[in-house]
Amino acid sequence: MPAGGGNSEHRSSKTTALGLRLLLLASLSITLLVVDHREHHLDNFRKAVGATVYPLRIVVDAPHSTWRWISENTASRNDLLLEMSRLNAERLLTHARLQRFTALESENARLRAMLEATSKVRDQVQVAEIMSVSSNPYRHNIIINKGSRDSVYNGQAMIDADGVVGQVIEAGLLSSQGVLISDPDHALPVEVNRNGLRTIAVGTGEFDRLDLPFLPNNADIREGDLLVTSGLGGAFPPGYPVAIIGSVTRIPEGPFAEVNARPAARLNQVREIMLIWSVDSERDLEAQSDPAPGDAAAQNAAEQNIE
Amino acid sequence: MSSEATSRRLSILLCIIMALMLSIVPMPDTAAAYRPDWVALTLIYWSISVPRSCSVGTAWIAGIVLDVAQGTLLGQHALALSVITYVTAKFHLQLRVFPLSQMMATVMALLALYQFLLFWINGVAGTYAEVVYYWGPVVSGTLLWPVVAMFLSGIRYRSTRSA
Repeated sequence: MPAGGGNSEHRSSKTTALGLRLLLLASLSITLLVVDHREHHLDNFRKAVGATVYPLRIVVDAPHSTWRWISENTASRNDLLLEMSRLNAERLLTHARLQRFTALESENARLRAMLEATSKVRDQVQVAEIMSVSSNPYRHNIIINKGSRDSVYNGQAMIDADGVVGQVIEAGLLSSQGVLISDPDHALPVEVNRNGLRTIAVGTGEFDRLDLPFLPNNADIREGDLLVTSGLGGAFPPGYPVAIIGSVTRIPEGPFAEVNARPAARLNQVREIMLIWSVDSERDLEAQSDPAPGDAAAQNAAEQNIE
Repeated sequence: MSSEATSRRLSILLCIIMALMLSIVPMPDTAAAYRPDWVALTLIYWSISVPRSCSVGTAWIAGIVLDVAQGTLLGQHALALSVITYVTAKFHLQLRVFPLSQMMATVMALLALYQFLLFWINGVAGTYAEVVYYWGPVVSGTLLWPVVAMFLSGIRYRSTRSA
């Protein structure tokens, strides 16, 4: 950087240098934009810069996590006892349900073996915490405190205790970014649990509503139907609850009915999510082959990241 | 001289880091659309007062970090920030003598340009967002400018005095 000179000649040469630098940087940014948007070659660069951003995230998250730590450590004995009895009751219930589940699972495996179909192996999960750091203002994104060091990958499914939350779109080294199923750019292949009707659930930008825009008027769908992941997109393992149908409005003059659903997961209240690793190797095969034409979800950016 | 320049650089760096942190602090849903563009405001202030230590290069790097922190397209904020910093650095001598009202109008225009560039890139990339996310920061940023400028000039004088 030149030492500041007072004469006008020097100044004018400095302004040209400034303009030149802007031109250079602007074309560099446009190149980056195009490369980042079209291809996904910049993931490593993002990861490198992301590692420098991580301390900032930690600092921003600190007040919240400290407050949580304090309230956890100063909880009164009475509160703890109450919570313990509540959790115990819940555990009993879940265990009772799980007993049946194990029986069903082995029955399912037996039946599948009889049909010579590949049996679905149980998925692995890992708990990740959502950092209280806001991100992309234009999208429904969250930041979680696990990254590729914990073998998180792009396109990995995230669930909470009640249902599907979203998927990872950018696995950083120590923290990753995920997109919620309510993001307007997110679409998710689902099926109706009652009859196996397949469709796509699209985010609306509201936390408590998903749209199902591709259901014909005569589709067999009712209020209260449970939607589960169909596993067709390749990103989500099949069978996880996604949403419950809220309202069905049939429009006789239009091609499609107006159907919307309420996400099963509490999208704007979760603190902890679970990351799923499907243990079967089918996912890898599916991800490698081209996405099916009916898979409208492949259009959105989140799903493209899987490839 | 050089120690003064170093301490100034350091204070600029700290201000930008602070601005970056403010732009990822969680906000309630209703207020999120009105989050001021802290990084843009900081860069406008510094490129008016010390355009030699802080101009397009600084803005570009800050923009890249902001892009990664917010998960937007790489280069989006970098491009928008370096353009507005270029404008302010080019006219910094005129801007320095502006009275507050005129300065606020200029800041508003700069922030509008900044948001327009972001809007334009989002449009090309096919990212949709509600319109309030574009004009909200312009309004809040303009209204907050006097406070930001006062705070940053406090830091500037302290840093030059201590050097």
